[in-house]
Amino acid sequence: MSNKLIDIVNVSKSYGENLVLNNLNLYIRENEFLTLLGPSGCGKTTLLRILGGFESPNTGKVIFDGKDITELAPNKRQLNTVFQKYALFPNMTIAENIAFGLKIKGKSKGYIEDKIRYALKLVNLDGFEERMPDSLSGGQQQRIAIARAIVNEPKVLLLDEPLGALDLKLRQDMQYELIRLKNELGITFVYVTHDQEEALTMSDTIVVMNQGNIQQIGTPEDIYNEPQNAFVADFIGESNIFSAIMVEDKLVKIQGVKFPCVDTGFGKNKPVDAVIRPEDVDLVKPKKGLMEGIVTSLIFKGVHYEMDVMANGYEWLVHSTDMFPVGTQVGIRVDPFDIQIMKKPKSEDAEAVTIEE
Amino acid sequence: MKNKDRKIKRLLAGPYIIWSAGFIIIPLLMIFYYGLTDKDRHFTFHNIARITTPENLKALGLALLLSIISTAICLILAYPLCMVLSNLGVNQSSFIVLIFILPMWMNSLLRTLAWQNLLERNGIINIILGFLHLPPLEIINTPYAIVLGMVYDFLPFMVLPIYNVLSKIDSDIIAAARDLGANSVQTFLRIILPLSVPGIISGVTMVFVPALTTFVISDLLGGSKILLIGNVIEQEFKQGSNWHSGSGMSLVLMIFIIFSMALIAKYDKDGEGTAF
Repeated sequence: MSNKLIDIVNVSKSYGENLVLNNLNLYIRENEFLTLLGPSGCGKTTLLRILGGFESPNTGKVIFDGKDITELAPNKRQLNTVFQKYALFPNMTIAENIAFGLKIKGKSKGYIEDKIRYALKLVNLDGFEERMPDSLSGGQQQRIAIARAIVNEPKVLLLDEPLGALDLKLRQDMQYELIRLKNELGITFVYVTHDQEEALTMSDTIVVMNQGNIQQIGTPEDIYNEPQNAFVADFIGESNIFSAIMVEDKLVKIQGVKFPCVDTGFGKNKPVDAVIRPEDVDLVKPKKGLMEGIVTSLIFKGVHYEMDVMANGYEWLVHSTDMFPVGTQVGIRVDPFDIQIMKKPKSEDAEAVTIEE
Repeated sequence: MKNKDRKIKRLLAGPYIIWSAGFIIIPLLMIFYYGLTDKDRHFTFHNIARITTPENLKALGLALLLSIISTAICLILAYPLCMVLSNLGVNQSSFIVLIFILPMWMNSLLRTLAWQNLLERNGIINIILGFLHLPPLEIINTPYAIVLGMVYDFLPFMVLPIYNVLSKIDSDIIAAARDLGANSVQTFLRIILPLSVPGIISGVTMVFVPALTTFVISDLLGGSKILLIGNVIEQEFKQGSNWHSGSGMSLVLMIFIIFSMALIAKYDKDGEGTAF
């Protein structure tokens, strides 16, 4: 992971009044697994279509390997797309589907046959050459779509929610399959999804988007542990988001109670957002914590219990392997490094979908 | 319980079965009966062989020629139009399709009569041409006028099935072809055209069959000089009152129609191309 392969510079796109991408800047490195993550309508698919050449931006440039490809036709680009609904050619066999791009490029028959065999092996579907697309299951069709794209040896593979139509088990298997493929091929993947778990599992870099703006770029760990604003905290994983006051460096007042934390540089008595992940909330005996609460609901989730704890008028979401029955009086404690302090959003797109005052 | 339900549901098809037995199957059997017998009710192939007389062969040949030309013209007119329509928004395209099928709501006899008036030696078109000091258009009572009438009457039957298949092609499939390196011509030849074959076959059949069998269009726009096979059969039934030879020649015509239907069945397995 070194050189910049794709550079997206000041890209904006709107359909009529509707601004879909707002002056976006982003670079993608060679060999990176980069995920564009956001709710539907955040502009992630539009950005992917601009990379693929199916849309052109109103303003801005797309630089690929040092060359401006903003207005280049899709068939002239060194990247290939895997579509959400597979988009296999229904009038062709699997072998013909995979051979399509190679035939267009005028490759020799022997070369094409070798490539088909290699690609089918890579996606674990040897022997499917003569089948028709509609005789395959969704997962198989998606793997053929990937095989069809990679035989062209693109520098970048664009994947538009490729697992969106698959059921949960298959989706999880395919996630590992994709990571394996990426490692074997050694090419760049740009992956679009609205599924945060998918993004966290597979990516080297996650780009969180909302309303046409990039909210945060970082590794999965960065995004999860140190969300930069309430939107990211809310969208990735489950969280307790509080409107809080930064009393001074390393001290934040949440729900009127002072919590020690590790963040500095926000100034004195400044309004901020504070995020505490449910698994980071420690429930202790009454009077032993910083806050008193009462358990109002208890659900067994398998790995852990999910509890709601009412404290100072806010319902805390708590994940714990210890069980506290409904009605139990508890104390709430949070380790200082488990509190993430964020600046108040300057614009609507950085706000959490739901936030407690 | 389930069995009973199924029986009741089958009863619902009753009215149509009675209808088709009375008005489709029995008349068809009667055509076979008349076509394969002579006046003394003896079995014969003579009626079918009547197609081989020079006049009848000429009428069949001309009918085939004109209906093939009309079908080709309809296809050439309809396909590019449907390509454009299928790329438009749903609202715009359905409005334009409506305009195209609007003439179908008028009686085809009236429409053909209107063309007769337009094309006449002293018809409206020639009056306008006269005003503009242009030479008159003299195509009434020629095969050209018949082809014009056929194209005008049957074009919607070509537009609808082709528009149907083209608008059903997933835009991602076209994007995928472009993505894999195909330019727009290659995308058309390798993806769009093969995928629209069911619509083309359906449209071709729905234009070709009525064009081949028409006697109204050739009667009104061809005068009484140009005889198509439809006119010959009509004359056998009406003027000659010879049901036997009329039925015999209908059977010959039926071979062409069954052939077209078989073509549809082969290429349009899912019924995608059928518009109605």
